[in-house]
Amino acid sequence: MADQLLDTKGLNCPLPILKAKKALGGVPTGNTLEVLSTDPGAVKDFEAFCRQTGNELLEWNEDSGVYSFLIKHTA
Amino acid sequence: MTDAAVTEETLTNHKSMSLIVTKGNLDSGYPPFILATTAAAMGLNVSMFFTFYGLNLLHKNLDLGITTLGNPSMKMPMMGMHMGMPNLMGMIPGVDGMATGMMKNLIKKKGVASIEDLRQATVEADVTMIACQMTMDLFEYEMGDLIDGPELGGAATYIETATKSDINLFI
Repeated sequence: MADQLLDTKGLNCPLPILKAKKALGGVPTGNTLEVLSTDPGAVKDFEAFCRQTGNELLEWNEDSGVYSFLIKHTA
Repeated sequence: MTDAAVTEETLTNHKSMSLIVTKGNLDSGYPPFILATTAAAMGLNVSMFFTFYGLNLLHKNLDLGITTLGNPSMKMPMMGMHMGMPNLMGMIPGVDGMATGMMKNLIKKKGVASIEDLRQATVEADVTMIACQMTMDLFEYEMGDLIDGPELGGAATYIETATKSDINLFI
């Protein structure tokens, strides 16, 4: 269970990343943020975003077109 | 996006990107603002140099359009297929206005951000914006015509920024 949830369903690139970045600012270090998205491009984007910013992508999965990303705020 | 986390990250992550923005149509406005906001979100220092028609994107009152003229690759989804617009049609008054309206509807329908919103996010992300002084003179623009934030500069300003940047793009 994530500490916070961000729903970006229906939004297109780059909004899921921008909103996730903003939301992470309100997530204390060590806590997690779950991002929901319907953008298939978000898979590669969240991987790259986390690698670049140093935050940890703990897991991601897809269920009937909705992707969920579990990000640990580490940076 | 001017929270403390961003500032902290900007200090520890020294990657940077500069963009030269030369086009100011509705569709051409997307790549620079998308890349600038995303790079800033990923902790990069970003500078944008607006020159020629790119300056159009900094105007207080955005009035952006698209043209179908000379753009055979623009095929809009219509009536279950993708339709292009012959150049001859694009010359008819009102056609570009109609195409712009269709594009704006599509943008809304597909959850794509508006240029206004992306530009606002760019300003909030503390992206450095330089307005080309020569273009300002050429097209008779004044700083009062532009949004708050841009500074005036010229080619030397850009070159200095570019020599220090990890990514330099001409858009």
